[in-house]
Amino acid sequence: MTHLKTAVFAALMGATALTAAPGFAKDLRIALQSDADVLDPDQSRTFVGRIVYASLCDKLVDITPDLEIIPQLATAWETSDDGKRITMQLREGAVFHDGTPFNAEAVAANIERSQTLDESRRKSELKSITSTEVTGEYEIVLNLAGPDSTLIAQLADRAGMMMSPTAAAEAGADFGLNPVCSGPFKFEERVAQDKIVLSKFDDYWNADAIHFDSVTFLPIPDTTVRLANLQSGDIDMLERLNATDLAQAEADSNIVVDSAVSLGYQAITFNINNGDKGDNPWGNDKRLRQALSYAIDREALNQVVFEGAFAPGNQSFPPTSPWYNKALPVEGADVEKAKALLAEAGYPQGLDLEVQVPNSTEPLAVMQVVQAMAAQAGINIKLTSKEFATLLADQSAGDYTASQIGWSGRVDPDGNNHPFVTSEGGINDSKFSDPKMDELLNAARVAATTEERKAIYDEAKVIMLDELPRLFLYHVKWIWAYRDNMKGFTAYPDGMIRLENVTWEE
Amino acid sequence: MLRFLMRRVLIALPTIILISIFVFALQKLLPGDPLLVLAGEERDPEVLEFLREKYRLNDPIPVQYLAWIGNALQGDLGTSLRTNQPVTELMAQKLPVTIQLATMSMIFALVIGIPTGILSAVKKGTVTDYVANVVALSGLSIPNFWLGIMLILLVSVKWQLLPASGYVPLSEDFWQSIRTMLMPSFVLGTALAATLMRHTRSAMLGVLSADYVRTARAKGLSERVVILKHSFRNALTPIVTLTALLFGELIAGAVLTEQIFTIPGFGKLVVDAVFNRDYAVVQGIVLVTAVGFIFMNLLADMMYFVLNPRLREQ
Repeated sequence: MTHLKTAVFAALMGATALTAAPGFAKDLRIALQSDADVLDPDQSRTFVGRIVYASLCDKLVDITPDLEIIPQLATAWETSDDGKRITMQLREGAVFHDGTPFNAEAVAANIERSQTLDESRRKSELKSITSTEVTGEYEIVLNLAGPDSTLIAQLADRAGMMMSPTAAAEAGADFGLNPVCSGPFKFEERVAQDKIVLSKFDDYWNADAIHFDSVTFLPIPDTTVRLANLQSGDIDMLERLNATDLAQAEADSNIVVDSAVSLGYQAITFNINNGDKGDNPWGNDKRLRQALSYAIDREALNQVVFEGAFAPGNQSFPPTSPWYNKALPVEGADVEKAKALLAEAGYPQGLDLEVQVPNSTEPLAVMQVVQAMAAQAGINIKLTSKEFATLLADQSAGDYTASQIGWSGRVDPDGNNHPFVTSEGGINDSKFSDPKMDELLNAARVAATTEERKAIYDEAKVIMLDELPRLFLYHVKWIWAYRDNMKGFTAYPDGMIRLENVTWEE
Repeated sequence: MLRFLMRRVLIALPTIILISIFVFALQKLLPGDPLLVLAGEERDPEVLEFLREKYRLNDPIPVQYLAWIGNALQGDLGTSLRTNQPVTELMAQKLPVTIQLATMSMIFALVIGIPTGILSAVKKGTVTDYVANVVALSGLSIPNFWLGIMLILLVSVKWQLLPASGYVPLSEDFWQSIRTMLMPSFVLGTALAATLMRHTRSAMLGVLSADYVRTARAKGLSERVVILKHSFRNALTPIVTLTALLFGELIAGAVLTEQIFTIPGFGKLVVDAVFNRDYAVVQGIVLVTAVGFIFMNLLADMMYFVLNPRLREQ
């Protein structure tokens, strides 16, 4: 019957089917998994929003695929010996989309806005800056409350994005309706849930590296439809291809697939001491949490749910990260060990564990596999599926035993650890508290060299894997698919799409 | 007629007010805190508190409602919590999309539904009737999302005849706009055609056995005139009502179809808004669609006057 329907339809189509010329793709069309939120770097919070910013708003610094910090609008920076002053040299000749020149005054105004705008979500990221001093047209000094090794990495993301001070002063909190930055493309128009259109900014300081007249971002939530659009040539690139669609995309000779392990993780968080519900066997006895960890075969989980496309993990950094503690590798399941630990904790018959899960396909599939694995050790997992806003509210209020949740990841290692497992951590929903952990993670914030910090994180990892307030499961891989006409794209672990030096060949 | 219409409009007003209260209250009953999502991954408590104040979420619910309805009466439906865009602007962007989709779907539905309905009534009990019924039933039973994806894979990916999804405004490129909307409106139209076909069939069957039809035939009128002029016109009243109601439903949004074909219409807007707890957007849309629904009903009432001379004389 469907054949009939399609046939009737195709016949109807015949009359109107003009030849669809796949327009000369100097306009790059990129499909996003969802629509961005407000386009104000100080207020926004979505991942897709950051993808748009990568073309719209330049930052003070950028990262390499190996997470090294490199210049963007700041060309050089130096930290004083006491760690309390950072002197930055700024790029000359950069200009905002409205013609306002980029200089030290503009940086000062941007930092002030991020710190003082009521709606700003960037306050905690720039907390260590106490004041700024403009010491030259293209030189600025950031005064810090104390040494802060995490700050420069913050400036490689939204906190370091420079908005035109003129436009920001005029628009106030409504800046996002018509964002004015200094990136390679400028804002043209936005139709919610339909498209965000940017056009090439001719006065961009690095305009020679930009080879598209415009970029259109199209939110297409359905993964099958996203891929169909790419195959039909209606779009040129898509982000976050489903792991299960990999084979189909790779079989298409017109499509190139690229990927990078993300900076974030997916984990199970336990309620250790958050309200009344923190007083439960799982929160009170780390041996139970260890037992669950031993029961899970992370590689098998990755194979079953994601056809092996993602990266199994056991720490807050993926195994590919320079910060990963290689002395504590991901190990296979050890059901006997899990049973022994349960018995030792006084539950030789096993016990129940209620885990709340966001009600979307992937987390549910993951937790069902974990459920089956845990059952072998005698742990009877009950899944409670909740809509995300509800899950978050319950988790923050302590109304849960365990919760499956992820973290999008940060360039600096601090962001993946400190907020969750230190006593004063802002989003420590476990209310996990350990003096040694606090000491280590606070020390890592001020340690001057990368080597020192790495040693500290290695030590913290030992405690984290022993205590397991968060039980890490896997790391998402960002998977991009694009038409093979597109050349020169580089995959970054932050999941962004950088269009410098990307070209299009017809 | 005018007095009749005035009365209908007056009855509609309390309905709209009740709906707005209902939706407002219902949203507040939803579990979860929208601001925890809105405040960003770090959930800065200072930002949370500011946002609660800004969107008046600390006020008692009746106070919140009165503030909202007061602004709404002045044409201000608030701003989206998520994108900061004014709700009226969001809806102005979506309304043409939804109306175009609804109109084109309705055309498909009418063109397919009514002729097959008449045909199967006239040929009642024959093979034609059974085939028409089976087609109608499958139109109803085949899920929209499945048919949509199949069409995209065949028509767009394999045959490359039509754009796979998206939306182009009519004003920008008329033909491209029509072509982009063909598949989604076909998907929606076939489902509606089934309902229309069934109703047309039963209305026609009722009329065809009436005395005046027998008289008309006895007068020696041609079968064509008997069916189209005498019978169909009398069977139209229930069909018009149904069409108006179906159209009202289409305006309220065809969520699944819009999602599959990535059409930025009302349905998608409201579903996303519910998930994001974007209160202002949900309230605004429900208010506007309720008004739209009531308007379609009024339109159907007016059509009766046109179709039925007896009503005009009253």
